[in-house]
Amino acid sequence: MSEIPILKVEDLRVSLPVDGGTLNAVRGVSFDVNRGETLCIVGESGCGKSLTSLAIMGLLPRRAKREAAALAFDGQSLQGMSPRGLRKLRGDRMAMIFQEPMTSLNPAYTVGDQLMEALLTHRKVSRSEARARAIALLEQVGITAAERRLAQYPHQLSGGLRQRVMIAMALMCGPELIIADEPTTALDVTIQAQILHLLLELKREMGLALVLITHDLGVVARIADRVAVMYAGEVVETGTAAEIFSDPQHPYTRGLLSCIPVPGRTRPGEHLGSVPGVVPSLIGSFTECGFRERCPLAREACARPIGLTPLGEGRAVRCVLAETEEAAA
Amino acid sequence: MLGFLLKRAALALAVAVTVSIISFLLLRASGDIAVAVAGEGATEADIEAIRIQFGFDRPLIVQYFEWAGNALTGDLGQSVYFRVPVVELIGERMPVTMGLGALALVFAVALSIPLGVAAALRPNSIIDRLSLWIAVLGQAMPSFWFALLLMLVMGVWWRWLPISGAGGFDHYIMPAIALGYYATPAIMRLTRAGMIEVLESDYIRTAHAKGLGTGKVLFKHALRNAVIPVVSLAAVQFGFMLSGSIVIESIFALPGVGHLAWISLQRSDFTVVQGIVLMLSVIYILMALVADLFNAWLDPRIRVA
Repeated sequence: MSEIPILKVEDLRVSLPVDGGTLNAVRGVSFDVNRGETLCIVGESGCGKSLTSLAIMGLLPRRAKREAAALAFDGQSLQGMSPRGLRKLRGDRMAMIFQEPMTSLNPAYTVGDQLMEALLTHRKVSRSEARARAIALLEQVGITAAERRLAQYPHQLSGGLRQRVMIAMALMCGPELIIADEPTTALDVTIQAQILHLLLELKREMGLALVLITHDLGVVARIADRVAVMYAGEVVETGTAAEIFSDPQHPYTRGLLSCIPVPGRTRPGEHLGSVPGVVPSLIGSFTECGFRERCPLAREACARPIGLTPLGEGRAVRCVLAETEEAAA
Repeated sequence: MLGFLLKRAALALAVAVTVSIISFLLLRASGDIAVAVAGEGATEADIEAIRIQFGFDRPLIVQYFEWAGNALTGDLGQSVYFRVPVVELIGERMPVTMGLGALALVFAVALSIPLGVAAALRPNSIIDRLSLWIAVLGQAMPSFWFALLLMLVMGVWWRWLPISGAGGFDHYIMPAIALGYYATPAIMRLTRAGMIEVLESDYIRTAHAKGLGTGKVLFKHALRNAVIPVVSLAAVQFGFMLSGSIVIESIFALPGVGHLAWISLQRSDFTVVQGIVLMLSVIYILMALVADLFNAWLDPRIRVA
């Protein structure tokens, strides 16, 4: 396939100056997202998945530094793009949904104002057209009495409703790519399922590409086409959802999968696994496999930076074991 | 919204009553008014006569209710010195003081909010340092000293502005700067702190993610939220300005209420002083009420339950 991916990320690095050095939060992340595809980025807190998404959108905190071999939206490089050019893309062709619906809407303006603003910024439409679009989208994201909601303020809505509003806002201009950074983490479990279902449905209807960032493997199993597992600022394994779930290669992926019950495989009463230890400090440079400290299979050979070993089309793993197997084969 | 309005109005009324009691008692506690009114060389009999004439011999509570009751009907008594109704004296001078106060507030806000925003955008930059210096100077310099400096530079050396008396608009410029500068540091620093906090909030990130331009993000989404605490502060500062006008009006010989307060204090004209304290307190309370309403307009979380 020679199709241009809607999003191309190659060797993305994000670092932040902190007391006592530089925090290398994202250390060479690469992935492609094709049109209409769902990529899930999985990993535990602090693995750099949120910063990766902010780096793509150009929304990193000012003190953070971003570098990449390539960072392109629909073939257009986002690096060195003028702030004006970037603004034109943001909210129009690529949109973002954030983790905290409670604080992501401006308390001083009505829901309607904030929804319509997204469209009015990018399109030459009248206010009544923008209003009609806002009502239609609120209905589409499952909000009842949409017209009345437009006049309400964020503090009058529940968390679930606010996240639906955020989703509707991201959809205002009909984007080709949505990046959702843990969109359900701050919500009740029952609401989480609804929101995910909604995202999936919208994705199918509108044919948009979705980058979903999550630490919830249950979510991944239900929604992902492809998966990138991140650990300590690196992608440690990529593949299709089926490959990752049925044949995990990296010890960290296996550890993660052992933490969740799988219907038909986990027997009642059986203990679930866990990944012992904590994420290593990312301050300063790394000289060994990031997962070595916690890896049950760690060995001498792990005492150096490990590269990604390709295992086939869109499938790769960052582990010495894969390297040696490949050499043996 | 109506509930909020009623609650605030009731609170304002309670504060006004309390202030009237305190101002009444303070003046009585500051010495025997009859002696002060009688002046030097008065005989014991003179003082006694004055005491009876003004009703100082009656219980305090009776005196207070008489005064407060009359005040409600718009009668603040007669000036001991001028022998005219206090309301008239204050009424003549109020436009000068209010004009000065308003101009000073405009100056303070017009200087401090842009500086505060600029400082917040680039913390520790040159503009931030500069605005910090302006704030420190404003806080450190007594307003009478700053007023004299202004007179010297703009009035005597450069001969730009008249240094004394009331007349056209130009007579108000220097007093307004001297009075307004005093309120600048607090407003500027609060604007800066508010903007820095708001600019790091999630909804500002959302605004950027929508593709909004910098101006829209700053002035529509950030500033409105950042100035909410500033509005309340500005009302408080306006109160300080009213009391500061006593000094400033005296220095610039502006015939306002502050100037009247100053000469009445010197002449022990207690009815005038009492009236001025009451009037200024009421204005201050009204300003605070207006600030509350303005905040309710800015912040729907106050307005819409």
